Amino acid sequence: MKINDVILRTITKLVVFIILTFGVELFLAGHNDPGGGFIGGLVLSSALVLLFLVYDIETVQKGIPVDFKKVAAVGVLFAVGTGLGAVAFGAEFLTQTFEVFHLPVFGDTELATVLLFEVGVALTVVGTVVTIILSISEDV
Amino acid sequence: MNNMIVMPMIIPLLTGIILVFFRSYIKVQRVLSFLALVATAGVSVYLLNKIQTDGILRLDFGGWRPPYGILFVADSFSVLLVLTTAIVSAIVLLYAFSSIGFKRENMFFYPFALLLVAGVNGSFLTGDLFNLFVCFEVMLLASYVLITLGGKKVQLVESIKYVAINVLSSWFFLLGIAYLYGTVGTLNMAHLSARVAEVGQGPLLTVISILFLIVFSLKSGLLLYFWLPGSYSAPPTAIAALFGALLTKVGIYAMFRMFTLIFYHEPSITHTMIGVMAALTLIGGSLGAIAYKDIRQIVSYNVIITVGFILVGLAVSTEVGFQGAIFYLVHDMLIKALLFLLAGTMIYLTGKTRIEEMSGLIGNYPLLGWLFFLTTLSLAGIPPLSGFLGKLYIGQGAVEAGSYGLLALAFISGMLVLYSLLRIFMNTFWGETIISEEEEVPLKKSLLLPCVLLGIATIALGIGAESLLVYVEDAAYTLMNPEVYVDAVLGNRK
Repeated sequence: MKINDVILRTITKLVVFIILTFGVELFLAGHNDPGGGFIGGLVLSSALVLLFLVYDIETVQKGIPVDFKKVAAVGVLFAVGTGLGAVAFGAEFLTQTFEVFHLPVFGDTELATVLLFEVGVALTVVGTVVTIILSISEDV
Repeated sequence: MNNMIVMPMIIPLLTGIILVFFRSYIKVQRVLSFLALVATAGVSVYLLNKIQTDGILRLDFGGWRPPYGILFVADSFSVLLVLTTAIVSAIVLLYAFSSIGFKRENMFFYPFALLLVAGVNGSFLTGDLFNLFVCFEVMLLASYVLITLGGKKVQLVESIKYVAINVLSSWFFLLGIAYLYGTVGTLNMAHLSARVAEVGQGPLLTVISILFLIVFSLKSGLLLYFWLPGSYSAPPTAIAALFGALLTKVGIYAMFRMFTLIFYHEPSITHTMIGVMAALTLIGGSLGAIAYKDIRQIVSYNVIITVGFILVGLAVSTEVGFQGAIFYLVHDMLIKALLFLLAGTMIYLTGKTRIEEMSGLIGNYPLLGWLFFLTTLSLAGIPPLSGFLGKLYIGQGAVEAGSYGLLALAFISGMLVLYSLLRIFMNTFWGETIISEEEEVPLKKSLLLPCVLLGIATIALGIGAESLLVYVEDAAYTLMNPEVYVDAVLGNRK
């Protein structure tokens, strides 16, 4: 059965970008305000899930040819890697540090290693959520 | 600060993740996962010796001092178990190489086995109650995957029970943590110990401790073991061996920690309860072990008997009793893995699971038969095999505490263990050979090698008990004197 979902498809094209932007915003806000890798990751993956729902799985996977299981693994690798990075510098496992840099456009910017950790968390969440949704959809 | 402490968890974890990228390279997966476990064992040996010279070690994650941050604490008790876990799982993986099959290997068997080990090691090492919950979950999630992997009907039936019961007990665990945090305002185990000692273990705290007792009883199969025989006989041999050797031990470890470090002020309530539960477990487990005729069921009920037996050591709470329990824990991880592997091998060779359907196997596979006999003797606690010293010390502890009822039950159950295994031995290895030479399934050397290694380990552990005793004594001393642990964590030593 072919469903006439022109409106849904058109709106999705627009909304996905809003959701993705919001996800990134939440992700970056997480350093000092509510937000962070986990919530940002959930919002990012909700954008992907919306795409999978509106378009079919094959179309989306043609556009985004990534194995989401590996995305999750890369994420965990990042998170554990930052912990081990601290060990390499002779600090306690999972020690985080930050430094204020002067960047051309942003001015004085605080860059923290915890951001890398959070990238790992976000990737893990995206990878896991999408993998769960895809595996549930496969068997129906 | 000593970053080595986190390695027994990080090495398997990191290797497990990296192996996800090598999905189609089975050889790489095998080699890397084996090497990771060997490396873990190496690190544990290093840690164990360092603890003897430097005392209890701790690592504050991210440099946050306790009680504010999460930390790993390595004392002799936990590192002994970590070391045994690494050795046993490495040997079981050797068995898995030639028995688990390509389908499972391709579906991330090795990553999940390594994640299971990471969760087990994390549970042993953590010094924070919530972190213990997280490590438990890491271990359980990996075990959910391992038990369902392959998707046979019996596996799915058993895994539903297994997952349901574990989700329920995890929920209780979380509740207990919330109650405890609400009552004393901390989750660092050493800090908990200090605070509970300060305010006294009133009725409220005792109730919370009983909640934890229920949680860990469900996880370890103390009295609440109804889910265990089914779940442990559903998955393939190598996975069942990992489960039988490791999973219940984590619950037992957690119970020892909770009731020696934190809730040790009301032994007349909590430890009596543990004693009664241990006694009932011994009775129920023994009945199961002699009632069933399915090898896998008998073997699973033997796991339950052991849980009861080890917790007799906790119930009597004397230093000798603790020594016995620790020694028996180490022994049992080795011997249960061996028992599961042997039972699985027999089922693989004959294609049958019931003991009356097999006969005369010793004619076809003499080495397998003798290994089984060795296992039986070791489990029964015949010197000089490894089961002897643990049984002796737990018995001594029970005599010191005057718990003659528990003592009698513990040793009667020992007799029944011997009987249940001899029954398997006599039914399956003695008698007329039913397998003719043409039909004989060749026993691969790669299947026999891990069993032989574990057999050697049980002999070595029995004969070399003296050299291990130093560590066991130190571990029991720490359990007996919780202030040693508390000082090491909350003291200012960096």
